[in-house]
Amino acid sequence: MNIIFNGKPRETQASINIQELLDQMQLDCMQVVVEHNKSIIPRQRLTETALNDGDTLEVIHFVGGG
Amino acid sequence: MQINVNEQNYSFEENATVGVVRDRIKADADLLIVNGFPASEETQLNNGDRVILIRRGEVPGADELDALLTARHTPGVHEVVKGSTVGIAGVGGLGSAIAIALARTGVGHLIIADFDIVEPSNLNRQQFFIDQIGLPKVYALRDTLARVNPNVRVTACHLRLTPNNITEVLGHAQLLVEAFDQAEQKVMLIETFASRFPDRPIVTGSGMAGYGPANTVQTQQVANNLYLCGDGSTAAAPGTGLMAPRVGVAAHHQANAVLRLLLGYNPANEGKL
Repeated sequence: MNIIFNGKPRETQASINIQELLDQMQLDCMQVVVEHNKSIIPRQRLTETALNDGDTLEVIHFVGGG
Repeated sequence: MQINVNEQNYSFEENATVGVVRDRIKADADLLIVNGFPASEETQLNNGDRVILIRRGEVPGADELDALLTARHTPGVHEVVKGSTVGIAGVGGLGSAIAIALARTGVGHLIIADFDIVEPSNLNRQQFFIDQIGLPKVYALRDTLARVNPNVRVTACHLRLTPNNITEVLGHAQLLVEAFDQAEQKVMLIETFASRFPDRPIVTGSGMAGYGPANTVQTQQVANNLYLCGDGSTAAAPGTGLMAPRVGVAAHHQANAVLRLLLGYNPANEGKL
């Protein structure tokens, strides 16, 4: 299926949740904020949130310092 | 002729001197400034001149202070920011500078939260002073903010923010500033606040270490209600420390983003929200 990932089209396997996609991309969920269809998803809900064809996903990676 | 004295307009007879104005408006003033320059009491004034009369060491009363402090605000801005409540999570290099900028801007209520204590190593970039070493940062900053603008209400919370207390501590903030140090803490705060208050904007910082070009620090809209200030990638690491100039650039990107949001503008472009 096709989703929009950080503004660009991306093909993913069918039946995948957000956590699985992050794992495939080797993104550490402790250091990213995930916005799924305009809502920010807390990390404990990443596994239960399935992706659907046409979904929009923004994954914002954070680095330390402040 | 019209003379502006201590930010208010008065009528005076032609050829009035600074001494005449002083005697009528503030007889005990011992520092006389005309159009930005020190002047003597014999100085002749002209229509439209701007006079500041100061008594050295005197702290003006609340009303006078409000008029003096707000004199340089753009009309329409001050009333909006004065009625605003902004939460600042973390008052290190980013948060301490953001709080001071917002207090100078006249934001009416600041909620500041941090568990940390002022250490000597903080002084390379954080807005604290030698005589504040050992104090909780939020209390030290509250004192500094009162010296900058006593009309700002400051709620200082000396605690560690967790998913369990974020609603209680920051629930009154119409807008949240993320100013933590650790990436994991930034993510925890944003996830928690955004899921409880999805309609409230968050201004976050990521990537401001080192001494790379200031121009790579930007304000971007990275999600529906999330604005990120920084270069997005330069982490604090051995050899790439956090330093006052670039942290200050990012902090003031954040403060300006807050101001734009309060006034109804998009922080990342010229548009309205």
